[in-house]
Amino acid sequence: MSTETTLSQVPHVGYLQLGVRPHLVANECTQCKARYFDRRNACASCFGSDFVKVDIPTEGVVRSFTIVTFASPGIPVPFVASIVDCGGTSVRGNIINCEPTPEKVHLGMKVRLATFTMGADDNGVEAIGFGFEPL
Amino acid sequence: MAADDIYILGITMTKFGKHPDKDTVDLAAEAAMGALKDAQVSMGDMGILAAGCLMGQGSIGQQIQKQIGQTGIPVFNVSNACATGATALRTAVMAIKAGECDMGLAVGVEKLAGVGLLGARPAQATKEWTPSGRFGAVAGTDGRIGTDNMPGTFAQVGMEYGHKYGGATFELFARIAEKNHAHSTLNPLAAYTKRMTLEEIMNDVMIAYPNTRSMCSANCDGGAAAVVVSGAKLRTLSKEQQRRAVKVSASVLTSDPYQEACQVLPDVNTLTRNAAKKAYEQAGVSPEDLDLVELHDCFATAELVHYDNLMLCPEGGAVDFFNSGATWRDGSTPVNVSGGLESKGHPIAATGIANIWEICHHLRGEAGDRQIEGAKVGLAHVIGLASACGVHILEKSAL
Ligand SMILES: [Zn+2]
Repeated sequence: MSTETTLSQVPHVGYLQLGVRPHLVANECTQCKARYFDRRNACASCFGSDFVKVDIPTEGVVRSFTIVTFASPGIPVPFVASIVDCGGTSVRGNIINCEPTPEKVHLGMKVRLATFTMGADDNGVEAIGFGFEPL
Repeated sequence: MAADDIYILGITMTKFGKHPDKDTVDLAAEAAMGALKDAQVSMGDMGILAAGCLMGQGSIGQQIQKQIGQTGIPVFNVSNACATGATALRTAVMAIKAGECDMGLAVGVEKLAGVGLLGARPAQATKEWTPSGRFGAVAGTDGRIGTDNMPGTFAQVGMEYGHKYGGATFELFARIAEKNHAHSTLNPLAAYTKRMTLEEIMNDVMIAYPNTRSMCSANCDGGAAAVVVSGAKLRTLSKEQQRRAVKVSASVLTSDPYQEACQVLPDVNTLTRNAAKKAYEQAGVSPEDLDLVELHDCFATAELVHYDNLMLCPEGGAVDFFNSGATWRDGSTPVNVSGGLESKGHPIAATGIANIWEICHHLRGEAGDRQIEGAKVGLAHVIGLASACGVHILEKSAL
């Protein structure tokens, strides 16, 4: 067991930065500014190989969504999957803290990043997930 | 016919639906034998075999040979998601264009009846949060950070179009499915041939809003195969073979070029538009020249965006275009008169050849009750996520 297990929280994904103001972090190509949430050997857009970490704005606009009512076993439904435009960077995330109906969720809706607990593991470490909630 | 032109000499599809007594090799062999018979040639005439079965073990081509004829020719087993069949055909076309041979066989087959949701993987259970994978995720992301399933992905594709241009309502998407189900009633090879009312479609089980079950492609079994031939070789064949041959005026395959959002939500638009542009150029035809189109309606929400991507309507005009009635079988640009993937069915690797079969059937004037009268030019489109897009433009023989 490593010393990391004494940390009380881990982010669901590596690109979620926890802390007082949780936000997403992307790898940005220094040459063309294309952004990636996972690691790249070279930029898919310009083939450059230098990247820097950049913070993604936490507020955005719902560019597309779907309300999934039929999913793989173990995935709670319904949930709202969406694509949020965060200041020009497209982000994938669920719409949370909002009734999952076409009456409550709409295209162009303004949202902000919000976090939630995914529960603790056997070592007492809590995983923190993120989604977007209506502003 | 120019010597370097490519023609479809024979083509067939099996009945799509449930084939509990046949395995993929049986279905592929049935399709291949059908195409050879339709072409009035034999395995001995083939210089190349390209075949695909997405869920298969990777040697479907050799398995087909053992079933219908082992002649030692090169075999290409191809895999390109839902564009696998089109990729097999494109491979055979390229071999002929390269001068490696003058005749080739392309086969696509799949057994999917009873398979559940496409693209779904079981969620993982965790006792210790351990980051893994490319996103350093401590738990599965499907369902927690958006959706990985196909109905949800393509729902977002359609909704994104609505966000950009407006007018894309649940009812509009349901009416696209209504059209395709209506068309399917004339296709005896379709998996489902039941006309459905708008109310039935909208009240069907919701899978991923706005796609209900009857707005999703039907998982089923099926095979399709085509024999392609060079113009030079076709000249040496019978008048009957020449008359029924269908010219492949364009054969294009693209992948998705980088776009800002393409790695967050698959961009099915840019590569389709690129493929269409290139195909119209290659064929020297314009969208207005098309007498019918078979496009990849894996979901009703996808059909809408492809009207635009294939340039059947002005940019941003897909909703008005559909509302005009243009894409019904009696409209100006009939789309998916086969019933489309929503009712004809979608045995993945077979789809990219089956839609070409549909076009050929009309161009040869052999489509029976659902014949589009006087059809001379048609376009077949498929797209597989990741992504790959195949566009073929086909023209009636000049004879
Ligand atoms: Zn770059």
